[in-house]
Amino acid sequence: MEILLNNYEEAVAIVLFGIGLTMLLFHRNLIKKLIGMNIMDTGVFLFLASMGYIRGRAAPIVTNGVTDPEAYINPVPAGLVLTGIVVSVSVTAVMLALTVRLYRRYHTLDLDKIYLLSRHETEDR
Amino acid sequence: MELARNIPLFLILLSLFSGVLCMVLGRRASKIYTVILELFALALSAILLAYCLRTGTSFTFVLGEFPAPWGNELRAGSLEALLAFAFLLVEACAVCAGGKFLNVDVDESKIHLYFSVVHLLRAALLALVFTNDLFTGYVFLEILTLTSCGILIIREIGRTTLAAVRYMVLNLLGSGLFLLGVVLFYAITGHLLMVPMHEVIAELAANPSEMVSLTLAAGILTIGLGIKCGLFPFHFWMPDTYGWATPTSASLLAGLVSKGYLFLLIKIYLRVIGTDVLRQMHLGRILFVLGICGMVFGSVSAIRQNNINRMVAFSSAAQIGYIFMGIGIGGIAGYTAAVFHILTHAVTKALLFLTTPYLAEVSGGSLLFRNLQGSAHRARVAGVFFLVGSFSMVGIPVFAGFSSKLLFALAAVSAESLPKIFLTMLALALSSLLNALYFLRTMIRIYSRGKGGSEISAARQYEEARGLRAPVAASADSPAGAASDAPARALPWQGRREALAYVLPALVLTAANVALGLFSGPIVELIENGLRMFS
Repeated sequence: MEILLNNYEEAVAIVLFGIGLTMLLFHRNLIKKLIGMNIMDTGVFLFLASMGYIRGRAAPIVTNGVTDPEAYINPVPAGLVLTGIVVSVSVTAVMLALTVRLYRRYHTLDLDKIYLLSRHETEDR
Repeated sequence: MELARNIPLFLILLSLFSGVLCMVLGRRASKIYTVILELFALALSAILLAYCLRTGTSFTFVLGEFPAPWGNELRAGSLEALLAFAFLLVEACAVCAGGKFLNVDVDESKIHLYFSVVHLLRAALLALVFTNDLFTGYVFLEILTLTSCGILIIREIGRTTLAAVRYMVLNLLGSGLFLLGVVLFYAITGHLLMVPMHEVIAELAANPSEMVSLTLAAGILTIGLGIKCGLFPFHFWMPDTYGWATPTSASLLAGLVSKGYLFLLIKIYLRVIGTDVLRQMHLGRILFVLGICGMVFGSVSAIRQNNINRMVAFSSAAQIGYIFMGIGIGGIAGYTAAVFHILTHAVTKALLFLTTPYLAEVSGGSLLFRNLQGSAHRARVAGVFFLVGSFSMVGIPVFAGFSSKLLFALAAVSAESLPKIFLTMLALALSSLLNALYFLRTMIRIYSRGKGGSEISAARQYEEARGLRAPVAASADSPAGAASDAPARALPWQGRREALAYVLPALVLTAANVALGLFSGPIVELIENGLRMFS
């Protein structure tokens, strides 16, 4: 329990990841699936960001002549988070476009219903 | 010759640039440009392969100004060069041979966008083959996912859109798990480049508590990539995805995209984790069992299909199972067999997916078995190429599939664990039997004439039914009716150029298949050397 409280950022990140994963897998509504995906990614980003920050240390820019690495945090995780966010945004955009196309065709967002509807279509090449 | 060291990066950048360029080119121009670029890229990768074989070593290419533990790197050795060459060969063949159906399946105003996505897909695939950095691997893995979704939905029918949504949901799940795995590895080791990461992991592995977290990270990463490849319990998206995509896309998706993920997994196992630590993790056993399950269940599902493309797609699930079985057997021999099967499956599946639409075209555009009766007589050339692909998948000597199966068996024997040998042999025998069952059934079906032209009437009936029911007539202008009236023609060509565009790539793929089958010795040696250079 104490480990969890001391590392509450990581614990929250894993919980978020779990919530997102469950939503992505088990929700029938497409939009909610997408929201789940975003929550899942947010969990990973929180994990990364909390890993990169050490309390009491400064941003890794030398202003006062201190070059001791102990005074600064690691800037790489922040860069990774930014890259990850960009990837996540583009994936969401593509998925939303797909959702729009499916909705225009089947007039529902429920994947099970769409699946049933598509089974009645002819099996042309 | 030192210039050859720039080829990996140059190929990736060229593909990215072409992706942008094709967006502004016209319909014809983008097509011609793509074909020329495919051939150019193929030539470059051949030069790279020759260079790597001549020097006999691998090299790293540093991107930017920061050397080893911090910057970003590409790495190329003979194995990467071979895979890049094979992938580009298959891609060039797929783009050329499927061109005819692209005109039918893809909206005319969007065809240049299709080529643009194909270029981006190639960039991502090559980046996965060459990268030496895990996070770069993640970014290009996502690009590969997005572009493979793009080439799937370009055929605008309800089924591909639905298939794309399912494909994307599973792939995004896989990407998320992969990202979490990479982040965990970064948290444990503090590195993203594969070599420094491996050094830290080798040090940490002595400590049992670190071993738990390492196993967790490796496990999450493996599940992520396994979902994306279609490892056994996650293979159910394959038939819809491969079965309804336009033929070029189907052969790219089945032949190349999943192979990019698989090669990344093999690279992470050998270069980041290392065989010794991997053995302590016991991940291999799980992959071994899941691989065998995939081999059996994929084949069983393939038997139950009534649609030729869905059958070939389920056969892909079985072949992915073979590759995971090879990884599970472990050792250099196991990985060699896995990589060899990656090549085998890429050339064979691409050929099969490019051939089935030609068989369907002379059967009223239908892929259903009952309409395909005797189609090989109506399209003789396509029938022969289907035979080649089927023989290779079943494992008839001379073709690549036979060498693959032999390699898996030999790898199992060299693993020196009795249950593994027994299980591998049993799985190989059972899976070969099942493969033979459904491929032979298909061959008999397409070569049997039926009773008094019943196939033609079946095709006609289908045409009528489709005219009444089909909301999107996919091959509305295909000469299906004319073909059934003149069943003696070899292929329903409109002209010689069109015939050449299919026959030439199919011949190249067949030649590659036979080369893998007959001259497997030097290729296996090359793969083995490449894998040894990994660690």
